[in-house]
Amino acid sequence: MRFMMIVKATTDSEAGVMPSQELIDAMQKYNEELVKAGVLLAADGLMPSSSAIRISYPEPGGKPKLVDGPFTESKELIAGYTLIEVKSREEAVEWALRMPDPHGFGQGEIELRQVFEVEELMDNPDTLAKEVTLRRQVEEQKKA
Amino acid sequence: MSSAQTHRTIDAIWRMESAKLIAGLTRMVRDVALAEDLAQDALLIALERWPETGIPDNPGGWLMTTAKRRAIDFMRRNKLRDQKYGEIGRTSPLYTEDDVDQALDGEISDDLLRLIFMTCHPVLSQDARVALTLRLLCGLTTDEIARSFLVAESTVAQRIVRAKRTLSAEKVPFEVPTGEELNQRMAAVLEVIYLMFNEGYSATSGEHWIRPLLCQEALRLGRILAEIAPNEPEVHGLVALMEIQASRLKTRINAKGEPILLMDQNRAKWDQLLIRRGITALERSRKLGRPLGPYSLQAAISICHAQARSAAETDWIRIAALYEALARLSPSPIVELNRAVAISMAFGPAFGLQIVDQLNEEPSLKGYHLLPSVRADLLAKLGRYDEARSEFERAASMTRNTRERELLLQRAADCESGTYQ
Repeated sequence: MRFMMIVKATTDSEAGVMPSQELIDAMQKYNEELVKAGVLLAADGLMPSSSAIRISYPEPGGKPKLVDGPFTESKELIAGYTLIEVKSREEAVEWALRMPDPHGFGQGEIELRQVFEVEELMDNPDTLAKEVTLRRQVEEQKKA
Repeated sequence: MSSAQTHRTIDAIWRMESAKLIAGLTRMVRDVALAEDLAQDALLIALERWPETGIPDNPGGWLMTTAKRRAIDFMRRNKLRDQKYGEIGRTSPLYTEDDVDQALDGEISDDLLRLIFMTCHPVLSQDARVALTLRLLCGLTTDEIARSFLVAESTVAQRIVRAKRTLSAEKVPFEVPTGEELNQRMAAVLEVIYLMFNEGYSATSGEHWIRPLLCQEALRLGRILAEIAPNEPEVHGLVALMEIQASRLKTRINAKGEPILLMDQNRAKWDQLLIRRGITALERSRKLGRPLGPYSLQAAISICHAQARSAAETDWIRIAALYEALARLSPSPIVELNRAVAISMAFGPAFGLQIVDQLNEEPSLKGYHLLPSVRADLLAKLGRYDEARSEFERAASMTRNTRERELLLQRAADCESGTYQ
């Protein structure tokens, strides 16, 4: 199962204020823990919304509207993400709880979201039956 | 948090911490069966207490402290004190959770490495190595292991018990091998991990949902190994190979449950994130400056395919060169056959046929339908349709897979009617 830990923007991150060395070290150590546990898939930081562009479609079927950042509601903006591969939702929560407070002065927020994955043949009984037949054939082949 | 929720959380914490726990305890008590028992004891206490007290801030530390206290109690009770005190003197009974936090990362990594060398020890059968590794390093339940390999749960349980007994009876040391022994033992570890991955990757194992689980566990274990043994190029090579193969998990089987050949897969659905990780892993292998080993070479071949945006854009010359290197390093008829295919794609069917013709006498390929199948394809490309047809028919007679047989007979018919492509 894949989960994304989204670190929300703060007034500091939007202002381009660098986090303290302490926090940088703590985040570094945390990412290393994820790597050592074999669960980290990817992690990136996003630049502040001052360089961002919003594209919206206020009119159905109409042309897109472009708006340059910065955008004011920093709490709702994304500052970074960490993608992990785990066995259960509870494990994702545990890892999210171990992430250091991304801000340290009251604005720190992490949102945990599950990633959609194609369930492919998992649910269809017909394909399951065919898969079983195929598996048996291969088993017989192996025995020969 | 409901009790059920707490239990699931404790399960998750166990999965995250149990390998490190068991590794650290094995260093203390020098017996992996005892170490697992002590770890399980700590888990039971957690299951009792945490629903009331809440999950502690440092659950891993709590478990380690609790388990180590019980280890010391056990050793005192069993009068092993005199032998063991020297070792546990360092880990004083006043161990607090903070102390555990401070425990050197290097120590934990070393212990994990020692543990995996132990569970993959050559004194154990391959089945036992796989079961024990899945159990102690991946934290899989006996049931999960049993369902992965289509065997009874009791069989797995016995296998694990016997494996631990053998390790004890043979006095297998808890250490990282050195020198030449390290190479062989590392090869054994990588073999176990790749076996797990293949079991999950191919459509031959048990219940469908467990297959991705095995792939994930193998991949995760490989990634962990890459961090605790970073100077072993073949570790990175194996991880690279698994990341790339995993990138194709969703495209390998069609809606009817039939396997799709690499050349026919929908490349838009290949997981680019995993491909990128595979490329990075191979880079780590290369940076160590040693000639590429078999896993690294196979990874490199896999990456050639992964980087071709369409089947037509495949760099066959590079693949042929890599198979050449692989054939020199770990020669096998299957590698030769793959090399023949690559050579034919790169330089023309006549060259491929030269290699394939030499394989005709190879005893290990006697019942292998892909040999006449490849030969037939090359003959057809050279316009030798009669010979191609009979080879396709021969291949068809050798495969038990209905769909494959139909495909091969169809190709034979195409040769006859002159519509072969």
